[in-house]
Amino acid sequence: MIKETTEPANGAPRPLLKVRNLKTHFPIVKGFLKRVVGHVKAVDGVSFDIHDGECLGLVGESGSGKTTVGRTILRAINPTAGNVEFRVDDGYVDVAKVEAEKLKDLRRRMQMIFQDPYSSLNPRMSVMDLIGEPLLAHGMRSRRERETRVRELLVQVGLKPQHLNRYPHAFSGGQRQRIGIARALALNPRLIVADEAVSALDVSVQAQVLNLLQDLQKQFGLTYLFIAHDLSVVRHICDRVAVMYLGRIVELAEVDRLFDSPKHPYTEALLSSIPVPDPKNKSQRKLLSGETADPSNPPPGCSFHPRCPYAEKKCRTEEPVLREVEPGHFVSCHLSEQLSLEGMRR
Amino acid sequence: MADENAQPDPQDPESVVSPDAPPDVLTASQWKLMWWKFRKHKLAVWAGFLLLILYFVAAFCEFLAPYPLDYRDVDYAYAPPQPVRFISEDGLHLRPFVYAIEGERHPETRRKLYTELTDERLTIRFFVRGESYRFWGLFETDLHLFGVGEGGTVHLLGTDSLGRDLFSRILYGARISLTIGLVGVAMSFVLGLAIGAISGFYGGWIDNLIQRFIEIIQSFPSIPLWMALAAALPDTWSPLQIYFGITVVLSLIGWTGLARQVRGKILSLREEDFTTAAVLGGTGQWRIMWRHLLPSFMSHIIVSITLAVPTMILAETALSFLGLGLQPPVTSWGVLLTEAQNVQAVAAQPWLLTPVFFVIIAVLAFNFLGDGLRDAADPYSK
Repeated sequence: MIKETTEPANGAPRPLLKVRNLKTHFPIVKGFLKRVVGHVKAVDGVSFDIHDGECLGLVGESGSGKTTVGRTILRAINPTAGNVEFRVDDGYVDVAKVEAEKLKDLRRRMQMIFQDPYSSLNPRMSVMDLIGEPLLAHGMRSRRERETRVRELLVQVGLKPQHLNRYPHAFSGGQRQRIGIARALALNPRLIVADEAVSALDVSVQAQVLNLLQDLQKQFGLTYLFIAHDLSVVRHICDRVAVMYLGRIVELAEVDRLFDSPKHPYTEALLSSIPVPDPKNKSQRKLLSGETADPSNPPPGCSFHPRCPYAEKKCRTEEPVLREVEPGHFVSCHLSEQLSLEGMRR
Repeated sequence: MADENAQPDPQDPESVVSPDAPPDVLTASQWKLMWWKFRKHKLAVWAGFLLLILYFVAAFCEFLAPYPLDYRDVDYAYAPPQPVRFISEDGLHLRPFVYAIEGERHPETRRKLYTELTDERLTIRFFVRGESYRFWGLFETDLHLFGVGEGGTVHLLGTDSLGRDLFSRILYGARISLTIGLVGVAMSFVLGLAIGAISGFYGGWIDNLIQRFIEIIQSFPSIPLWMALAAALPDTWSPLQIYFGITVVLSLIGWTGLARQVRGKILSLREEDFTTAAVLGGTGQWRIMWRHLLPSFMSHIIVSITLAVPTMILAETALSFLGLGLQPPVTSWGVLLTEAQNVQAVAAQPWLLTPVFFVIIAVLAFNFLGDGLRDAADPYSK
């Protein structure tokens, strides 16, 4: 494992990852000549920090850009603008700008767990080859050495080491996801981007995989960026949560604070959508009207205003910025001080 | 570690394989799964078996044919087929025989008319000495699989205008007709795979250029293009050179569809999560190409080349029939069919059309085999 000091000498916080004003735009091309007629602003100015050993949740509805954030951080997609500063030894490396050759070394330290345990494992490769591939790519040439490491990883994720020669079709969805986790762990990374890592699994298996992720975090001091749309899962595993809407972060706070006293109308609506297992509790759910706006043509002002029940004149013209309203609680809303929003119902 | 998780959960509804599946299924590679699935397609297995026989015949045609390719029985031009029989007027015979035939010119039309001499039985014997030939051009021998010995004739499918045995010539023709498809497809395969892979892997303007080029080639009417290309082959070439010239002509047109398929597959597979996972794992581009992309579309490519072989066989037959493909003395099924070009010949000697029957058998067998392979190609789909 890479040994790194968590607390620097000067006492200032030195997060593991600093994302600054990250933008990922996809061009829309039309016609025979492939003319660019516009851009889908999947990620449009996202900034946050991830500290060592924490689990930062990234939530939002489909199309909010959360998966793109995860993939851009790992440079599976090239960003359009912004910085992704990753701490290596004592300095920071900007993943967004580093040359392709140095990326390989960085990826030893940051890995990804995929949403779909079916499409993320090549069905034509055995478990040994799947988990051993990153080891081989990073110079572990001896097959025996790789095999030892793969067996060790299989035990760590709760699979049987003797299943090493099996192919993915021999495993269930939950077991396949464990193989994916073992592959992500193979290189001893510091940061793991878990992209909807449990949403394709059924509920009983979800809990098992979540517990495994938590165990591994404790055991190896892992740091997670946990992308999800299921808020109860996020509440279970995350320390802090960032809420995304239309390519931007609208609220970021510690998990309990965000769930109990949200400061953004969108967060409030999200929280009210969580089902409460109480038949007497039929309180009014804050249903949002309308659809998410088109990310290639976002509305002026606050991009949430067409769906916001509290929107005022100012919201339609002026773009809000993400500001710290309470220590550690960031909101991007003009009205956050005036509104008293409802947290999660109990 | 969470030990309760180590148990495979039999209740898991997503479990693909039942927990009591035999252990060899669990560790079976792609090709094994494909083979198991292919075996269930009985028609395809039989077609494959038939093709093996056909290629075996093509390989050993000198020995299997009762006469050498250009052996002429001048007294027996346009002789009708002599069917193999077991029953004569005397009753059942244990050994197969044919009746001898005798030709007589019609006094007015001067056409030769043949009659079976039912009192003269020619017993078919195996491993007989007959006309000498060079086996694979290596050594001289006169051993044939079957024959009737000195003095008699055995023309199972009749003879042509020069008195050459059609059955023997069909066996020799199989060698050319069946291999021209394979060689042509092999060349198309190399071209299509390389060009399609470049197009899909690099994308951008290279892709654009290649795709437009393919569209231009595909928009040519194929028969005139073949004719033009075949006519461009210099007539000083030896028969062997012509043979390769024709395969090149056929494959130059045949690669485009394959290139398109390869490109499409690469474009879609590049977006698959497992490819992204490999990239994030630090795997290099070459290994991703060879270990992830290529095996994923290889099975589909095999299917499409299997289905492309009959097209090649038919193209060669058509070209040779038109007199633009192979020329005598090279003998293919298409060349044999040039004898059947006029209606009078076909009306009087219908056996000249028998090569068509072999073309149909070969084409159907390839199509059935391709069908079975297509079903087996993706063993992971349910």
